Amino acid sequence: MAFFDIKGLVNPLSTLKQFGNKPHTVEYPKKHKETADRYRGLHFNDLEACIGCGNCSTICMNEAIDMIHLDNIEGSEGDSGLRPRVDNGRCCWCALCVEVCPTGSLNMTKQDIFISSDADAFLWTPGVSNPEGKDILSFTSDEKTSLSLFDRVPMPEMEGEERVKSFAETMLYYTEEAAREEASRCISCSLCTEVCPDHMHIPEYINAIARGEDEDSIRIIYDNNPLGEMCGKVCTRRCEDVCALQVRGDAVAIRWLKEYAMSRAETADILKEIVNPDIQPANGKKIGIVGGGPAGLTAGYYLALKGFDVTIFEANEYAGGMVMYGIPKYRLPMDSLNKQIDYMKSIGVKIQFNTKVGKDISFDDIYKNHDAVFVGVGFQKPYNIGIDGEEANGVIPAVSLLFDVNSGKTPDLGHKVVVIGGGNVAIDGARVSRRLGSEVVIMYRRRVEDMPADWEEIEGAEVEAVDIMPQTIPIEIISDENNKVTGIKYLKAEMKADAGGGRPRPVPIEGSEAIMEVSTVIGAIGQEADYSFLSDEYMNKIEINRGRMVVNDQQQTKDPKIFAGGDAVNRTADAISAIADGYRAVKAIEKWLMK
Amino acid sequence: MREKATTLYLGPQHPGITGNMMVKLKVEGDTIQSASTHVGYLHRGFEKLMERRNWLQSFTILCRICVPEPDPNEENFARAVESIEGREVPERAKWIRAMVLELARIGTYLLWFAGQSGSAGLYTMGQWSIGDRDYILDLFEELTGGRIYHMYIWPGGVRRDLPKGFKDKVLQTMDYLEKRLVQYDKLMFDNTIFQKRAKGIGWIDPAKAIEWGVVGAPLRAAGIASDVRKDDPYEIYDKLDFELGHATTSDVWGRSQVRRFEIEQSINMVRQIMDKMPEGEYYNRIPNPMKWEVPPGEAYVKTESARGEFGFYVVSDGSNKPRRVHVKGPAYVHAVTLLEDLLKGANISDVSFIMNSLGTCPPEIER
Repeated sequence: MAFFDIKGLVNPLSTLKQFGNKPHTVEYPKKHKETADRYRGLHFNDLEACIGCGNCSTICMNEAIDMIHLDNIEGSEGDSGLRPRVDNGRCCWCALCVEVCPTGSLNMTKQDIFISSDADAFLWTPGVSNPEGKDILSFTSDEKTSLSLFDRVPMPEMEGEERVKSFAETMLYYTEEAAREEASRCISCSLCTEVCPDHMHIPEYINAIARGEDEDSIRIIYDNNPLGEMCGKVCTRRCEDVCALQVRGDAVAIRWLKEYAMSRAETADILKEIVNPDIQPANGKKIGIVGGGPAGLTAGYYLALKGFDVTIFEANEYAGGMVMYGIPKYRLPMDSLNKQIDYMKSIGVKIQFNTKVGKDISFDDIYKNHDAVFVGVGFQKPYNIGIDGEEANGVIPAVSLLFDVNSGKTPDLGHKVVVIGGGNVAIDGARVSRRLGSEVVIMYRRRVEDMPADWEEIEGAEVEAVDIMPQTIPIEIISDENNKVTGIKYLKAEMKADAGGGRPRPVPIEGSEAIMEVSTVIGAIGQEADYSFLSDEYMNKIEINRGRMVVNDQQQTKDPKIFAGGDAVNRTADAISAIADGYRAVKAIEKWLMK
Repeated sequence: MREKATTLYLGPQHPGITGNMMVKLKVEGDTIQSASTHVGYLHRGFEKLMERRNWLQSFTILCRICVPEPDPNEENFARAVESIEGREVPERAKWIRAMVLELARIGTYLLWFAGQSGSAGLYTMGQWSIGDRDYILDLFEELTGGRIYHMYIWPGGVRRDLPKGFKDKVLQTMDYLEKRLVQYDKLMFDNTIFQKRAKGIGWIDPAKAIEWGVVGAPLRAAGIASDVRKDDPYEIYDKLDFELGHATTSDVWGRSQVRRFEIEQSINMVRQIMDKMPEGEYYNRIPNPMKWEVPPGEAYVKTESARGEFGFYVVSDGSNKPRRVHVKGPAYVHAVTLLEDLLKGANISDVSFIMNSLGTCPPEIER
């Protein structure tokens, strides 16, 4: 190349040709460049869909997201009432918050410009600061792209035909590997803890399982629930109904994970070694507990740990109350429950079996010989079905059937059983009847989706070939000359909207009357408490309203020395509420006696 | 009269580089007697920050290590984690990754055109190539949702599949850029003034280049054919047909020729990728990010970034956070140690010019 390379000097002048070209740039603010469909702009949060789980705040590596209270948003079950607020001065627009949002409520918009001279304006509550954002959503997550793991690890179960041959457990439960995988889905939002009557430390024990620290998990469970294994098998698990993951997928199997952790302790001795409780020295106070059900056992366990001299008076041969005698063994084997109770006995809880209060010992004796009394008698007395012919032979309340079968009897129900009711007890009655060799029909007034029973129980019944007849109202039980049940007359019903705005009501269809030939009728439409052990004096001292003992928020009745809990007190009437009552009563009794 | 030596502080803000870095110059007249480089203006401690973030959170920090070309960071980290975990990456994701890396290379070279010409006083070129780079950024915006920080390549694959119609847009942009290269040639590479500025300036001794740790375009301009994509192919580079840039002058001119050639190659590679990319999954999902623990282990992985060989050393102690992440970038060698040597005897006006030719990226030095 010569020093004066003419081409090399002229070439650059070709630039001048560009003068005629259209400019590449857009004239902002006259014209705004449209952002891409996936643009990660300012956040938008659907305040209705958001449940305030705080996962966005947890993942934010810039700590740009705070969970705050908003004036018009109230918390509820499954909604913390908090909503994310983004500090746009810290946000780096990575959109990980979008990827981990279990409900899909938090997304990013196309809005790429925000200008303000007010520094506080950059504290931005998505959905409140930009309600118009919902129309310009861009970077979103769906079930495929979301980093939430929506699919539950399947629970191995016994085959349908095998199940009805014995009372062996139908659930085969998680293996170690499956439990770790399932536990790792939890996002630790704690919405479950709020809704659990006992406020168990759910994320904590699930995290321990995910980390592979099962013994830690057991200790965490025992912090406020001494019947963890029982809950792991049969809890009504309201926690799973509010799990953040169930909005778009399957809830974490909280109940089965608890079962997994607890079943690591195979005997009461191992359990004691793991829990290794700190037992306070005896404080000289005596507590009498009426009823060895979940409420009484819980109160007894924690009171014993605190140094109280606890005696539980149990009417039956085994403790556990309705959990022992009302839940079929294919759901909760006797060994499992006895292991938990044996452990309680080993730390000093005294249980007097076969001691029915009111018959073998008077309530008055217990009241006078103890510093405080806890009553946890449960709902044992079944309601009548309330139709003609009910007094015939072969009409059995479900709880009586369950009691007999759990006590080792094998009643003959004949070839065909009809169960009336739609709750868990009805399903239990039906599935037990299948195991006793009968054909089983469940008659329920409303639709299947209205049944109060656990959906997994309903599914279990269907797998075991229980025939569910929804929208069916029994009207008369027919018996032969020996007063033996031979059939049931019923009407079909249609669902009509309730004028008062309540749930739809079943209305009988005229002319739909039919008769089904059956050998046994099992009633499962509810139970009530039996207060016959209380003398009039105590009945007057303790206020009883609509069959339930009235207590304050400390589980204390009108007689300050008497505390109460369990089904006979709370409306939810499930084991975990009973445990919660027992646990609350412990604190109250301690406060009241040790003041 | 003999002029007295004086000290000149160039920077930390100056036109030579993207980011802040200062060079302290001892000059006599306008000739540099000695130079010492000063860094630290951009130090944010990314490597340390990652030790306090979980594995997924770390992924969002990485891109900031080199602003003009964030993608090799993401790819390196993802591949290191995958290698420790043994996580499979879907085939399609590998092709998408290579496409992203090549698009990033084109974008970075365009940015480099602007810096190289701008520091020689040829500002028109900067306006052109920065403008054209924006078409690459448009593609990134459409693909990843972000123009600069893509946060797209993550362990297990890529974050989203290609959007509808993306392939055509990519090919259109490649055709456009290819035509533009002819105009770039006229304005910059065939420009006598640029040639006179570039030739013989910033000479790196080829005999010492490897010893000094020179990598990337500067090494290839010294006549040594070295490129991770060829020497140690990652992702799907062994399935692509491409040549390396080559020059023997080992000066700014040679380096610019290498880059000029490689931008053409990258355009070609993107076309091949769009042609051969298989259908299928793009992501092998990681576990719950809150509880994601990477088994104990370590990995060193490297890519060929636009600046040269770029490595990540990642150690996991089995927890949910990296135990150590060490970034081995070319800018540290090029701009901290080598530059001091190259600047001896150079003219003040060539400092930015030489820095640019080395692909200096201060944020990467300061990771």
